[in-house]
Amino acid sequence: MKKQLVSFFAVAGVALCCSAAPAAARDLTVVSWGGAYQDAQKEVYFGPFQKATGVKMTDEPWDGGVGALRARVQGGSATWDVVQVESEELAIGCEEGLFEKLDWSKIGGKDAYLPSAVNDCGVGAIVYNFVLAYDGDKLKNGPKSWADFFDTKKFPGKRALRQGPKTNLEIALIADGVKPQDVYKVLATDEGIERAFKKLDSIKSDLIFWKAGAQPPQLLASGEVVMTSVYNGRIAAANEKDHKNFQVVWDGSLFTVDSWVILKGTPNLADAYKFLDYVGKAEVQKALPTKIAYGVTNKKAGDLIDPAILANLPTAPKNMANVEKVDDAFWLENLDRLTERFNKWAAK
Amino acid sequence: MSTLGGASAPPADLVLSGGHIPLKTKLRRAERMRKITAFGLVAPLLFFVMLTFVIPIGAMLWRSIDDTEFRHVMPHTVAVLADWKGTELPGEDAYRALATDLAAARDAGTAILVARRLNYDVNGLRSVIMTASRKADGSAENIKDSMIALDPRWGQIETWGAMKRARGPLTSFYLLSSLDMTRDATGSIHATPSDHAIYVDVLIRTFRISLTVTLLCLALAFPVAYLMSTQPPKVANILMILVLLPFWTSLLVRTAAWVVLLQNEGIVNNLLIWLGVIEKPLRLIYNSIGVHVAMTHVLLPFMILPLYSTMKAIKPHYMRAASSLGAPPAVAFVRVYLPQCLPGIAAGCLLVFILAIGYYITPALVGGAADQMLSYFIAFFVTDSVNWGMASALGAVLLGTTLALYAVYNRLVGGSGIKMG
Repeated sequence: MKKQLVSFFAVAGVALCCSAAPAAARDLTVVSWGGAYQDAQKEVYFGPFQKATGVKMTDEPWDGGVGALRARVQGGSATWDVVQVESEELAIGCEEGLFEKLDWSKIGGKDAYLPSAVNDCGVGAIVYNFVLAYDGDKLKNGPKSWADFFDTKKFPGKRALRQGPKTNLEIALIADGVKPQDVYKVLATDEGIERAFKKLDSIKSDLIFWKAGAQPPQLLASGEVVMTSVYNGRIAAANEKDHKNFQVVWDGSLFTVDSWVILKGTPNLADAYKFLDYVGKAEVQKALPTKIAYGVTNKKAGDLIDPAILANLPTAPKNMANVEKVDDAFWLENLDRLTERFNKWAAK
Repeated sequence: MSTLGGASAPPADLVLSGGHIPLKTKLRRAERMRKITAFGLVAPLLFFVMLTFVIPIGAMLWRSIDDTEFRHVMPHTVAVLADWKGTELPGEDAYRALATDLAAARDAGTAILVARRLNYDVNGLRSVIMTASRKADGSAENIKDSMIALDPRWGQIETWGAMKRARGPLTSFYLLSSLDMTRDATGSIHATPSDHAIYVDVLIRTFRISLTVTLLCLALAFPVAYLMSTQPPKVANILMILVLLPFWTSLLVRTAAWVVLLQNEGIVNNLLIWLGVIEKPLRLIYNSIGVHVAMTHVLLPFMILPLYSTMKAIKPHYMRAASSLGAPPAVAFVRVYLPQCLPGIAAGCLLVFILAIGYYITPALVGGAADQMLSYFIAFFVTDSVNWGMASALGAVLLGTTLALYAVYNRLVGGSGIKMG
């Protein structure tokens, strides 16, 4: 028994020392959101990248959360190099110094990308919108804007919004006539918040709140609601897989960007830049939207995408005409109090 | 008799066994060995419970009062705040200490910790701190005026009040907030402004829903358990499988099934319309009806099983004896049968109630915005706003109230009255 233990520790010790020493020799590790999305990325990005550059890489999925990144970077034994993060994680992680500050000259320069995809610590990977959707088979002459969403005379029936204040206050203000680009200016004032809640109050008895992203298409399909707020990707998936005729209103929608970041202190910095440069190229990005309904971030990619596909993407010029990016700085500061306020309002 | 026996028996420690060791000592040794063996057998479980239960809960409770982030990053400011009364703005020295700390925090990359902590207390301070730390210079002149010029919030007592509350090392901030209370800059406690005071209401709602669900479960489970306990084994087994089948299905699946059943064009509404009972679909989901129905269904087996095992043990001839002594069925039931079920009822109610107060995903999926229970807010603070202090404090409040209720319950039912089967 004792002998076995000793040999166990010897093996463990060898394993420890040898796994720690040649850390630089491990392959480039890219982390993304898993599921159908990562499958598409494998096909369009990861495989061709290895072929084109000869760099060996592996990919892993994760579920998000700054805590996971913090633990890896501060723990000193990060096994991830490039990670796709949501905009809020980008903002927090950049402030906390978890990510490398990007050298834009190595990835094609800031001008190659959409302005909203450019950040000190991250380069945008995909763009997706929070839109108004309805069932085109049930409403022939459907809503055109958030103002119609709040018009229960013209469009009777229940509506669904996401649980919590985030995105709903913006939607209420846009419906009340605030221009999308001014929404956060108005929300920064107490009067703006009052105004948003007053607008929500006007249709309160017709509102249902959803929690999981998969709920809104189900609510539309079952006829539970006549319209809902939803991520555009969910609608595209429902139309494709379940042969629905769900329609999307892009006007006044809110968009957000997921970004690639390089974790601080990575031993594979040069390869990480090679990867970001590769996946930032227009001719590489153009293939992603054929697999999944997200917009891509290189300015020139739009010209290379089939117009029929482009029309359903957040980055199509006509879809981007009147939209606003979800302001993470605002929500980082105000989420707690506004969530309390929202629940107070809901319970009334 | 006893005096006789006592007088004739020799003192115990004088009884010598073969090896000349007093019997009492030998007994004590054997006893000790038995205790050590028993402890050895229990030790793995004890260790497991410590590791997975006591320590995490202790750490969770600790987080609700622990507050050292600000203190570590801002030592000079904390020193100044110790003497500050909170009635008027502090002087130039305090602003100098603040600027010195902020400059050091900027260089160490720790300003965000301070910004995050103060933003929990006063929304909006996050960017105020980050901006100030970028420009902070502890050796400049007229720091007070220049900081107030930079952002008027530096001229507000409330900003200093927030720093005072965050100075640690222990804080009552999170616990007070989760009871809808707050401390002002001078340290006296007030009620939270009514726009934001939600947690007491949510706590009451949590207990109200849990209690209703418990009573509904009891009402539904009692006849089922009674039926099962009186049927021959063959039938009882089939019934038992029917009870257990949903028990083995995922909670999410069962919740989703209720969505299909209860929605506007769902099975229940369509059936009622077809039968002509109603004309327009009833609102059965995304409100408190949905929450009660789904939770009752999910928790029902936890009531049936302890009830069944208690009823199974009640011998049928007690009831026969009662009726042969002249008690009508109703009286026999209330005075003979029911009292014998009480341990099962007590155990089932306790089990269902305690499970119900922690419910999160079912109300989130089938409830409305006004039906969310306390766990929803705990999850919100853990995942959405990453405010562990608030999450822990709400957890502590839930744990504390539950323990208090349990103590009351124990008094009423009596500790020995609970039987898990």
